Amino acid sequence: MTGRRSIALLSVLGFGYAFLYLPIAILIVYSFNDSRLVTVWSHASLRWYAALLDNDQMLDAAWLSLRVAAVSATLSVALGTAAAFALQRLRPFFADRGYEALVMIPLIVPEVLIGLSLLLLFVVLGNAIGWPSERGALTITLAHASFGTAYATVVIRARLSQLDPSLDEAAAILGATPWRAFRRVTLPLLMPAIAAGWLLAFTLSLDDVVVASFVTGPGASTLPIVVFSSVRLGVSPQINSLGTLIVVFVSCLILAATLITRPGDRGKV
Amino acid sequence: MTLAAGEARGMRRVMLGATTAWLAVFTLAPFLIVLAISLVEARFGVPPYEPLFAWSKGLWPVFNGTLANYATLGSDPLYLEAFASSLRIAATSALITLIVAYPMAYAIARARAELRFGLLMLIILPFWTSFLIRVYAWMGLLNSNGLINALLIKLGVINEPLTLLNTEFAVHLGIVYSYLPFMVLPIYAVLERMDWTLLEAAEDLGARPFSAFRRVTLPLSLPGIVAGWLLVFIPALGEFIIPDLLGGPGTLMLGHVLWTEFFSNHDWPLASALAVSLLVMVLVPAAFLYRVLRRAEVAS
Repeated sequence: MTGRRSIALLSVLGFGYAFLYLPIAILIVYSFNDSRLVTVWSHASLRWYAALLDNDQMLDAAWLSLRVAAVSATLSVALGTAAAFALQRLRPFFADRGYEALVMIPLIVPEVLIGLSLLLLFVVLGNAIGWPSERGALTITLAHASFGTAYATVVIRARLSQLDPSLDEAAAILGATPWRAFRRVTLPLLMPAIAAGWLLAFTLSLDDVVVASFVTGPGASTLPIVVFSSVRLGVSPQINSLGTLIVVFVSCLILAATLITRPGDRGKV
Repeated sequence: MTLAAGEARGMRRVMLGATTAWLAVFTLAPFLIVLAISLVEARFGVPPYEPLFAWSKGLWPVFNGTLANYATLGSDPLYLEAFASSLRIAATSALITLIVAYPMAYAIARARAELRFGLLMLIILPFWTSFLIRVYAWMGLLNSNGLINALLIKLGVINEPLTLLNTEFAVHLGIVYSYLPFMVLPIYAVLERMDWTLLEAAEDLGARPFSAFRRVTLPLSLPGIVAGWLLVFIPALGEFIIPDLLGGPGTLMLGHVLWTEFFSNHDWPLASALAVSLLVMVLVPAAFLYRVLRRAEVAS
């Protein structure tokens, strides 16, 4: 490679990463700005972070979001593991393509459609069988699990496809029943993918505003719903500091998820 | 052995049964309900739509279905404009994303092997990091008293602040920014597998670098380009947050129109008809994408 060409490639990367990271970097810098005006720098302070701690509405919403995300992520990986297993090992004999399409469809369907369709499901179910009697944390959790499962399945299935099926056979020859082989051999080997899938489903739930807005009921506002309704009114310094906290928190989770599944790490078979 | 076989069958039944039941209730049924409600008329009341089947005096229920909502979508200029501009904005912003992403994917694929994982990681990380906050960050930059305008005025490029926020330009920018990883990854995947000696061979045979790129690299990376373009086009088509926060009153996109129909006009049946149309519009390119990815998988 000539020197000129590598300089060109380097500058492409420089501009590209600047485009990706500068807006967030500027948001973070300005979250420490004391001024009430978002675009005028006065001096550095933690004023808006302190204001966040006094904002009960934000704190309640954050707590609700964390709980919804944890439960829906757990549901997502449980279903995602079963679905990945069904797709990879059990090969449903009928409607193979149909099953796969149903698992994957939330990945490509617009959020507004997922939100509207799940809301209508809850309304119709509520009218027909009286459950769910009201919409709120429960319906948001179920809705998040429905798209979280799709992402968890993709991550877990990728790992499952790398595992050697002869490990199961070896366990069977050594006398393990299929359940036991699954629990003692397959599941531990899948653990990194299950952990990564959980973190992914968790962050997706924590970030979702559209689906939650549709399926929520009175009194149940997740953090993204509160942030979104405030952001619609314009830029505010408190949202800058909240955004900084969210970005730092979620980045850590995603870094953890990526490092867990990093190719070539220990535990790979 | 028969005991194990019986248990294997039982395990299969539990896993398939549990996931199939879940998918039937939380994926299939909602779509069927949307389809059903798109076929009835709105009314005042709870729920705000007519039942699809009404029990009147006769023995059989009366079928209430109508295509009136679809007729509205197909005749009202507002909705026609929304269909057209969604397709246009999604298509052009996917194209701009391609122009930005291709050189990046190329540069990463040609970087030293031990750097590639980190470079890719830096592409993926922002995508998973709070979509809402990243779109919001642009609101602060594009504002009439935002940083970009302040910088341009200070440099003497302009005297008056430009209107950047609440424009179609801002919507394009938001889509390119948000979905860039979707384009970089598939293009990188094909470039990384490429046999670079082909390029050297072309240059040895006298092709100039640009012509070698155009006649060797570009055709070989076509599956990645098509996959990336579709991966940006499909979510952009139904996007809601970006047009809502960055677009102006004149920016009509289907996801946003659906939201307004539902939350502001409380017209559930019309919102459902929009949802069904959106689903059809998304499934066609998605089926194509599935074939492209399958073929790429088989080829590798």
